[in-house]
Amino acid sequence: MSLTVHIAHRVGAFSLDVAFEAPQGVTALFGRSGSGKTSVVNAVAGLLKPDTGHIRLGETILFDAERRVSVPVHRRRLGYVFQEGRLFPHLSVRQNLVYGSWFGPREPGADFDQIVAMLGIDGLLERRPGGLSGGEKQRVAIGRALLANPRLLLMDEPLAALDEERKAEILPYLERLCEETAIPVLYVSHSMAEVARLATTLVLMENGRVVRAGPASEVLSDPESVPALGVRSAGASLHATVVAQEDDGLTRLEASAGSLFLPRVEARIGARLHIRILAQDVMLSRTRPEGLSALNVLPATVTAVRLGDGPGAIIQLKAGEDLLLARITRRSALALELTPGAQCYAIVKTVAVAQSDVGGAG
Amino acid sequence: MADWLTPDQWSAVGLSLKVSFWATVFSLPFGVAVAYVLARYDFWGKQVLNGLVHLPLILPPVVTGYLLLLTFGRRGAIGGFLDEYFGLVFAFRWTGAALAAAVMAFPLMVRAIRLAIEAVDPKLEQAAATLGASRAWVFATVTLPLILPGVIAGAILAFAKAMGEFGATITFVSNIPGQTQTLPSAIYSFLQVPGGDGQAAQLVLIAVAIALLALFLSEWVGRAVARRISGS
Repeated sequence: MSLTVHIAHRVGAFSLDVAFEAPQGVTALFGRSGSGKTSVVNAVAGLLKPDTGHIRLGETILFDAERRVSVPVHRRRLGYVFQEGRLFPHLSVRQNLVYGSWFGPREPGADFDQIVAMLGIDGLLERRPGGLSGGEKQRVAIGRALLANPRLLLMDEPLAALDEERKAEILPYLERLCEETAIPVLYVSHSMAEVARLATTLVLMENGRVVRAGPASEVLSDPESVPALGVRSAGASLHATVVAQEDDGLTRLEASAGSLFLPRVEARIGARLHIRILAQDVMLSRTRPEGLSALNVLPATVTAVRLGDGPGAIIQLKAGEDLLLARITRRSALALELTPGAQCYAIVKTVAVAQSDVGGAG
Repeated sequence: MADWLTPDQWSAVGLSLKVSFWATVFSLPFGVAVAYVLARYDFWGKQVLNGLVHLPLILPPVVTGYLLLLTFGRRGAIGGFLDEYFGLVFAFRWTGAALAAAVMAFPLMVRAIRLAIEAVDPKLEQAAATLGASRAWVFATVTLPLILPGVIAGAILAFAKAMGEFGATITFVSNIPGQTQTLPSAIYSFLQVPGGDGQAAQLVLIAVAIALLALFLSEWVGRAVARRISGS
């Protein structure tokens, strides 16, 4: 089942005009604050009625301006996880969780015990939301949305209100959720790290318009999407398998292009991970570098070059099976004659890879 | 045991409690509805409705009583209709006293409830809607429990106001002992006859006691409900 969104809407001076398709899996809406991401999600949920266009979920029409169809919010059967949780303060955690099932169809679907266990909230059931931490509240909010037995899950910056520690606490649950659930997920975020870990499809938004859309790995490794992502958060993902946990606090992984060393990754030997490597953390060399402190040197072929308006350039590389991005100066790109087809070595500082950039499975 | 008050005094106290009770009970659903509409919707004529609700607060009570007599009297537009089709008579009956008390207390009740509704985050109601609750269910399961302290405060405030209502009541239903003579009307009557001050003073003490009781009750219930709602 896939979600089709094709809408236009005006509020004051802001105009929203988007069209995209969200297939099975996690579709991330990525863009700066004010780019219209939340408006899109609210339109899908029915909290905002667009001026024109249509929204379809599989065969079901949720909204169609021409046919004057607009299914009311409470009949759309979507799970919506809000940025601020929005738990009902007068109900216990358990009552919050089952709230949706008071109204939902009496069909077997979401299993209470399984979801509660997956989110690790079994110990909180009899408490009131007032006494929960931010991370706990958000996990309950996710559980509440799932237990309403939705056909589509909407998440509007579910982690934005949390500090780094709480984010790190919830991300694994989200990852597990996105893998295990069969329903499409529409995920709004302005954090590239989250998007790179969770998204299978990526929709980049700017000023109420879609600037790029497609499979996440493609969009992320495309030099042309760098301006929309921001040069500082651009970067592609590498797939690698954990081979060994070394004594000196490093983890050795094997990628298709060669060995990688990362600061300790808590994963079992044999686990398949995807590691996001920021374009600005990659250095290039035409010859195999000697006497270098960086441990990760991967042979690669230049596949695309994008010279920026400023002094920078983005180079797309194929390292084994994976695509990488490197951000270097134009001057170096010209001096090293880095043109498509050129052989080179990509150098990644081990410590440049943050824990939040390492995700399970993929 | 009851001989420290005369039968007339007893009937005035009893009647006032009855009138105030029914005035509160009957106006409460309307109060919640009007408060909800005023707090949550923008519509043409909203200021007119708001003004109408508040009118009894600013008009001289005698004027409100006279207007009630004009509309709900036996020959009034609404009063005549109710009499003919439902056999419901307001003029010079205790029911009329209840109506007058309800109208006079209505602005206070609506104000208290409206404040409570405005304090409820509409985002919680949206969240309930996304979970499948229709508007009525959202109100019953989210809004109402959250505004309960305000509703209770509004009801008790209205009850206290109804206990003290005098001007509109005496204009609309007169001051007939045993039928429409409420506590304030009785105090007024006793003060009109020589040597009645003693009996009036007794009733004044009772009025003060009831008012204080209502106040404490509202504080206590309100706090208990608020604790249950926000409970952590």
